[in-house]
Parts: sequence; structure tokens; C-alpha cells
Amino acid sequence: MNAWIERQRGLIDFAVANLDRRRGRNLGLFLAYVLVVFLLASVVLYGDALRREARQLLADAPELVVQRLTAGRHDLMPADWAARLEGLRGVTRVQGRLWGYHYDPAVAANLTLLVPAEGAPEPGRARLGAALARSHGLGPGDVLSLRDHVGQARAFIVDGLLDTASELANADLLWVSEADFRAFFGIAPGLHTDLALSVANPREVRKVAEKVLERLPGARVISREEMGRTYDAAFHWRQGLLLTMLSLILLAFAFLAWDKASGLSAEERREIGILKALGWDTEDVLRMKLWEGALVSVSAFLAGYLLAWLHVFHAHAPLFTAVLKGWSVLYPRFALRPEADFAQLAALALLTVLPYVAATLVPVWRAATLDPDEVMRE
Amino acid sequence: MILQPAALALLFAASLNALLLGAAGLFALHLLARWRPEAGGEAQIGLERRTHLVSSVVALSLWPALPLLALFVHTADASAPFFTGAMCAVGSLKANAWGLPALGLMLAGFFLATAWLVLHRLDALGSDRPLIRAKYRLLLVLAPVALAQAALLWLYFLGLRPALITSCCGSLFGPAATGVAAQFAAMPEALARPLLFLALVATLGAGATYLYGGRLGKTFGLLAALHFPLALAAIVAFIAPYIYEQPNHHCPFCLLQAEHGHAGWVLYPLLFLGTAAGVGAGLAAAARAGSLKAEAPRLAATLARLSVAALAAFGAAVVAYLGRSNLVM
Repeated sequence: MNAWIERQRGLIDFAVANLDRRRGRNLGLFLAYVLVVFLLASVVLYGDALRREARQLLADAPELVVQRLTAGRHDLMPADWAARLEGLRGVTRVQGRLWGYHYDPAVAANLTLLVPAEGAPEPGRARLGAALARSHGLGPGDVLSLRDHVGQARAFIVDGLLDTASELANADLLWVSEADFRAFFGIAPGLHTDLALSVANPREVRKVAEKVLERLPGARVISREEMGRTYDAAFHWRQGLLLTMLSLILLAFAFLAWDKASGLSAEERREIGILKALGWDTEDVLRMKLWEGALVSVSAFLAGYLLAWLHVFHAHAPLFTAVLKGWSVLYPRFALRPEADFAQLAALALLTVLPYVAATLVPVWRAATLDPDEVMRE
Repeated sequence: MILQPAALALLFAASLNALLLGAAGLFALHLLARWRPEAGGEAQIGLERRTHLVSSVVALSLWPALPLLALFVHTADASAPFFTGAMCAVGSLKANAWGLPALGLMLAGFFLATAWLVLHRLDALGSDRPLIRAKYRLLLVLAPVALAQAALLWLYFLGLRPALITSCCGSLFGPAATGVAAQFAAMPEALARPLLFLALVATLGAGATYLYGGRLGKTFGLLAALHFPLALAAIVAFIAPYIYEQPNHHCPFCLLQAEHGHAGWVLYPLLFLGTAAGVGAGLAAAARAGSLKAEAPRLAATLARLSVAALAAFGAAVVAYLGRSNLVM
């Protein structure tokens, strides 16, 4: 075993010296390799982090949301619908929610107005999401003016800013009081946007949803589990689409690696000839060349992954924001929680290292099987 | 289809494997028909040269077999939330007809790959390439397995439909289920427990005898191979219920999840490594060629040491899980 390790160490030493001698030629390939790993790893790290974030946000969502549908469209929920769900076995709380969208021409963006279940501001006051405050240049004590449903201007004194820790959820959010909300949109008392149902036992959620539909056949019931699945599928789909497109770059890179490995200089050919004349056999040359490839692969993979990590978790992934997060005017600024797992690393390594090794195998073998006599005569 | 990075990586790696091993399989047919080591002609020298390439290609394709298997199971486990009714990897794998056959073939592919790598190593150690025919004959089995594996993975991932209703592991390992999995689950603990420990002690005993006395090498390989299905049966029959602390929960896949302390990621790699190395040791001990007289026993001993260590660690982990459990059956 020790002899084997010693042999490999010798081969690695030789491979490192070889790479160092042809620094200029190897550097170009190395940089292209790092770029490919960086792009793929950024997509994977960013998509995974967004999915985790979405899942975490949904942890606080109600188990079931019930909406009224009229002619297939979402409609306001009358008070007696909530009453019909009271006392449903398994449901611990039925709560009417008030939320709606408002287009604000000043920033050319949609705002979400919401009456929170707890801690709503006083009438005439509002609390703002961080991205919204930034876009208006507002701080606590300032006045935000918006036109209501009849076109009349309404002023809200900024009470404070919403917690920046969950900026993904509250970037475009505006908290107002119930009275202000109803007056702003012209919604009569007793009507709600939808109902949130709390279900004590998560295993009963599906059964409760069936019972809700029995009592309210015109309703749409959305479970938290389904929302999670939809987010997961949407992020996976976007991530997969980007990866599929980037794999074309991977293919181009594999051709580049093939080409670089095939173009042996006269000096390299002579060198291999001399090594074989000195007693190296084909397997030794092959192994030395494979070690060269492995060293380039591992260092490019690590460098690319590290750069992607910095790009995603420290620079907020400027390259992929629009595609992966979705299109929006009020972009939330948020720090994603860094996390790496085995599947992510294994998937990335398979996607990037395998094509390189496969592309360089034939040229490496050609080099290793050179005839020393023939090469030294050239 | 669910476009996950891991699924894309699996499809890519399996397709590349199929391509490389398919080409290597064709070369194997050519080699088996024309290999004449005694002839020094140009054709034979060309053939010898190409064996270096093909061996490297095959080794490259086979080394990722274990990470691929682990990634496939992990991906299936992680996709369970997509399917209504799925609780673990079983639900995802049963989401269409191709998941479980793909897993079965990947398992078979893993053990065939490790056997080939051992033969390849032995062949390289002998000066006259004594195992070249055996190695390329095995490649004729490996190539179709790789092709079928890639085809099944494509069928499986392309056929996945989110929001599909599937069944959880209870339907495969529960009391109402039928089939081999259910028979494993129904095996009484009074039978499964002594069988597992008997097989383990016999395998470890044979391994120790080989390591210290140089005898029973082939028996050790055979016992390591026999121990594997018994260990899987034991995991389903009683080890899993002890870890879950639920007498009716037999699923071997839920063990991979975080709520059960990732016990599967402790037990399975040890079991797989121990079995593959044990079978490899048996193969090396059985090598008869004159040029391998000194080298084959050395390789067999290295593999046997690895196998004995992994299987002993597997046994110790099982004993620790059983001892820690609050379940009394």
C-alpha cells in the first residue's frame, strides 16, 4: 500500500511540475473551467437557497386558505361564509383576511396592502416594507400619499418599517388599519378577501379541505402543502431550465478541453518519448496525464464553487436574479442563508468534472501510447 | 418531468456511462474474438494499445457507481413532497413503473462494477495480463446493464408528473402488502435476528481466518455475498422498526431521513462497502494465474481487511441502534 501511495505521490509531483511548466497554456483552460463551474454552481446554489427561503416563509402560513370564486375568478368573501365554517371539526380558528393589490404610478409598481391579524397600525398610519420605503425614499414619520379607488389622495403617516429579516415576503408590503383598508378599496364591512383556517392536526388537512368544499361548493381551497409544492416545482423548473441552457456552454467547454488535450506540442511528444525510453510504461504515462487532468479539475471545481458561493451569498447573485426570483419592480434585498448539501455537491461534480475527464481521455491515451523510438526520431 | 439539478446530473452521468460502456462492450466483442497474446503482429499490438484506453474509460465510468446510487436514492427521497401520498423515497420511486426497476439495476450495476474494478486491478498486477478475457467477458454483462440503467432513468424522470397520487411505504412493507418486500417485513424477529448475526459472525470469522491463516478466502467472498440479502431482510424485518420505535413501520428508505437520525446513511454505506470489498477479496483469493501468485493474495488481504472493518462497523452500528431503542417487541 505504501509503495502504491509513494508511486502516486511521484506521479502527482511530476504532473504539478508539468502543469507549472506550461502555465500559460493551462491557465486559459483553467479559467474557462472555473467560469463554467461558477455559472452552474451559482444557479444551483441560488435556486436551492430560494427554495429553502420560500419553504421557511410558508411555515407560518395558515394550513388552509379558502377563497370565493365567481365565474372562475377570485371574489370577496361574504361574512356568512365564514360563519358556515365555524364549528367544523378539526378547525381551531377561522379568520377573515384583508389584503389587496394597488398599482402605484409613482414607482410604477404593484403594492400589496394588508391588514395584519395582530399589530395593525392606527387609522391614518402605515408600516412599509423595506423595498417600498427605499423606492419612495421614506422613513418613519414621513407621509406616503396614494390614490384610493375613487381617485382621491389618501395620506398615511409612516409608522415604521417592517422587519428586514423577512424581506423576501414583505418587500412590497404596506400594513394599514382595517378602517383605512376598507375605505381605500371601497370594501363594505363584513366582506373579506379570503379566509384562513387553522387545522390542529396536519394529517387532517386534506379531510378538512373536503369538508369545506362540501359546505361551500363555490369555494377554492388551497393548502399550505400545495403552496409549498408549487413553489418547489417553480424554482426547480427555472433552475433546471437555466442549467439545461448552460449545459450548452458545458458542451463547448468539453470541446475546448478535447482540443487543448489533443494539441501536444513537439516538446511534449519528445518528453513522453524520453520518459518511455527511460522505462515508464504506457500505464504510468496515462496515470500521470490523468493526474494532470484531475488536479486541474479539482482546483477549477473548488475555485468555481467558491466564487459562486461569494456571488450568491455575499453579492446577492446579480447575474441570475431576474430569471430565478421572478420579474418584479420592487425587488426585495435579502441575505440568503448559506447551506450546502451532499446532493448539490455531487450533482455539480457530476455535471462539470465528468465531461472534462471524458473529453480528455482519448487525447491522453493517444499521448500515452506514443512510440518512443518514433517520437525521438522526429 | 421534474427538472431538478440532481435529476439532470443523474441523467447526464447515466447517459455518458451508457455511451462509454456501450462502446467498450463493442470493443470487448472484438477483443474476445481476436486476442492472441502469443502473436506479436501489428493487430495484436494495436489491440493491446487500445485496451489501455478502454480500461481507463470503463474505470472512469464505474468509479461513480456508488455516488450515483446514493444520489438517486437521495433525489427520490427529496422529491417525496412533490407527490401526494409519498412519505419517503418509496413513494417517489413508485410514482411510475420505472423507479424501482431503475433502483434494482443500479444496485446490480454497483456490485458488477466493483467486481470489474477488482478484476482490472488484478489483471494490471500480472505481467501477462492473465485476466483480460474474464474482464472483457464481464464487460459484456456490464454494457447492457449500463444501457438499460440509462434507459430506465430517462423513462423514470420523464414520466414523473408532479401532483401525481402515489402510495407511501406502508403499501410496500405493510401487513396488507404482497411481494418480496412484504415477506421480508413479515419475517419474525426470532428468525431474522439470529440469521443476521449468525451470517455476520460467520463472514467475519472467515475474513479473520483468511487474514491470519491465509485460508477460506473464497468462502469469505461467498459469505459476504450471502450476508448482503440477509442484512437487507433484517433491516426490513426488525432493525428499521427498532430505529423508528414502531413495530409496524418496516420501510428501509425512511431510515435515510433526518427525523430518524440519518441512520440509513450510517448503515447502508458500511454494508455496501463491506459486501463489495468482501466479494472482491473472494475474487482475488480465487485468482489462479501464475503471474499473480504474489500479488493476488496481497490485494485479497487489503480488500478483506476493508471488508471486515466495514462489516464489523455495520454490526456494531446495528447493535448500538437496537440497544438505544425504547421499543420492546
